[in-house]
Amino acid sequence: MNRKWNNILAVLFTGASLLTLTGCHGSRALPEFTVPAELDTAQKYEITFWAKNDTNKNQTDVYKKAIADFESLYPHIKVNMKLYTDYGRIFNDVITNISTGTTPNVCITYPDHIATYMTGTNTVVPLDALFADEKYGLGGSALLYDGPAQEEIVPQFLAECVLEEQHYALPYMRSTECCYINKDYVEKLGYNIPDVLTWDFIWEVSEAAAVKNDDGTFALNGQNVMIPFIYKSTDNMMIQALKQQGAAYSTPEGDIGLFNDTTEAFLYEIADHVESGAFSTFKISSYPANFLNAGQCVFAIDSTAGATWMGADAPLSDISEDAFVDFETAVRMVPQYDPEHPQMISQGPSVCVFNKADPQEVLASWLFAQYLLTDEVQIGYAQTEGYLPVTSKAQKSPAYQAYLAGSGKDNQTHYRVKIDASKLLLNHTGDTFVTPVFNGSASLRNAAGQLIENVANSVRRGESVDDAYMNQLYADVTALYRLDQKDIAAGSWKELGALPPAAVLLLAALAVSWCLILLYVLSDFAKKRKKH
Amino acid sequence: MKKTLALTLTLALVLSLTACGKDGNSGEDKKSEGVMTHDEYMAAAIDSEVVIETYVQAKQSWWEDKATLYTQDKDGAYFVYNAVCSEADYAKLTPGTKIKVTGYKTEWSGEVEVAEGAAIEIQDGNYVAPVTDVTDLLGKDELIDHQNEFVSFKGMTVEAADDSGAAFLYNWDGSGEDGSDLYFNVSKDGQTYTFTVESYLCDSSTDVYQAVKGLNVGDTVDMEGYLYWYEGVNPHITSLTVK
Repeated sequence: MNRKWNNILAVLFTGASLLTLTGCHGSRALPEFTVPAELDTAQKYEITFWAKNDTNKNQTDVYKKAIADFESLYPHIKVNMKLYTDYGRIFNDVITNISTGTTPNVCITYPDHIATYMTGTNTVVPLDALFADEKYGLGGSALLYDGPAQEEIVPQFLAECVLEEQHYALPYMRSTECCYINKDYVEKLGYNIPDVLTWDFIWEVSEAAAVKNDDGTFALNGQNVMIPFIYKSTDNMMIQALKQQGAAYSTPEGDIGLFNDTTEAFLYEIADHVESGAFSTFKISSYPANFLNAGQCVFAIDSTAGATWMGADAPLSDISEDAFVDFETAVRMVPQYDPEHPQMISQGPSVCVFNKADPQEVLASWLFAQYLLTDEVQIGYAQTEGYLPVTSKAQKSPAYQAYLAGSGKDNQTHYRVKIDASKLLLNHTGDTFVTPVFNGSASLRNAAGQLIENVANSVRRGESVDDAYMNQLYADVTALYRLDQKDIAAGSWKELGALPPAAVLLLAALAVSWCLILLYVLSDFAKKRKKH
Repeated sequence: MKKTLALTLTLALVLSLTACGKDGNSGEDKKSEGVMTHDEYMAAAIDSEVVIETYVQAKQSWWEDKATLYTQDKDGAYFVYNAVCSEADYAKLTPGTKIKVTGYKTEWSGEVEVAEGAAIEIQDGNYVAPVTDVTDLLGKDELIDHQNEFVSFKGMTVEAADDSGAAFLYNWDGSGEDGSDLYFNVSKDGQTYTFTVESYLCDSSTDVYQAVKGLNVGDTVDMEGYLYWYEGVNPHITSLTVK
């Protein structure tokens, strides 16, 4: 009886120990995606779409209509949308879900983010094979909608979605930054707005606008508040300034060149203008639009996708109606060091497809992602803000051309400032650029903005901004964003640090289990020998 | 000897009981050396360094080692935005926890707060602020004196949140979905104000979130929350009762 129970216990114990091994392998990599020969419409699929919007109901309405129209074409595919208003949150949620294999199917994203998603094997679907598929690819013969052919997507925007020599995303919308100007104030100060703003011009006029009366009010507007120049995204401010001056920022291999003399000189210049009260940032002071519309700002730099908030007749606003002042809004490119060769950032959402075990699910996801590039979706979404459709097909369509031609017809869909912002990008698409994308490029971008924020805050707080300060600033920002710990390309060893406690416990439990099994076997062997 | 020892121990026990009373909920809120009173904090210039001792009343969010907190002492409130805080420490910041905050004062669209990057030190002490009714201060200049405090509003009427007549919106314009911030309008004495259920503070699983979703235009409501400011009064509501 004892022996029988011993054997049963031994088997159970061994089985339990073997079960613990199932926890050891980590997450299993997905197989490489292969385009199925046919779309299986007999099988129902539910796909998740994580979508970002600018807290704009018109945009969510476009998404909802796109989903409804797509589902009516492909009734076997249901699209569940999750809305985000913050790219950082989408990024973080995707990263969290990669480790548990619960990524969405389709996701609005930035190439910077995709570079990090791709650290997981076969996590993001490379799209070239899908692009080229005769039936389901771009402009494919079996599509149930009129999608763009590859050559009908603006090549520059498509090229921005190439990582490691393959397309990993489709561009969805494109925007840039621009300067929204209170033209009346500029002229009141005795200046005329040039076709292309320069940094010298914007600083000079801003300094003039910062002059106060004897009673402490500002001479320009008679108010107690005037911040002549406010910049929304200081990461773009630094990146564009460096690009325009041909200074280093980063390489495609991930080498960081941000901390250079041009950066330092730019920071010193910013410090001077913060000191005089001529310049501030969104993080310090609040939305440039709030100040511009209240007559408390001359130059407000923000995305073209923020145009509906800008100006005396802005359809969207966070300030009360009685705070508005009346003025003419001019729209210009961001300031340039070389007005003959302007350079401005290209930005805006792209869309990627996540790999799944079932290739049919991926194909369904791809069909929806591609549907977002149809004219109706492109034109509908582009009209909500100062966006540009990413297909020449949509840009040249009669509907979009009629939209542009209707500028000023009303202060809603045809709001002049919004259409001026779109036209600025349309006319200067060739002057836009993107920064290199690599795992860590998103952190580097944040670091670029942080340099400006720190300097501006330090000046406002009465700290001394000198060489010692700059050296410490570089060290602090490098540490904050872990820029000295960047990933090296796949194949290199990387120190991962101490094991997490759960892993330590699991390994310890395994070791103990096997020791006990061994002890039992030896004990049993010894008993048998003794017996015989 | 034994009797003496017993008596001494008993006296020591009785004396130790006096340490059990909640620090800060009664009596003077004495600040440590170098720490500002609330009046001194409010008088401090924007961008000046501030050192405050205050008590966590609610936590809005933690994100990448930054915590945003509603705090208050006996004299007033302090909103602390994106202070440096590990996730482990954030878990310790239960309502009433005393903290020392060293940072810089700032003002953002009318909201006075301790700016991003402040340092937090958890201390011994506990205080949960009672609610202050500010219904009669709506529309008056004095309302801002209670900025960020835990306040109540009584007998307000729900108005339409948009032209469609909805009683509330997901996000400020209806662009959100279940789980997003809730915006709704309430009026008193002919003036309408926008109140918010901040979804990081009170998510969709909370009673207040469900209560706002159940509102009808015309309802009379009592509310409590934090007197947040964004381009004007914009309370972050934590409870709502339909009368």
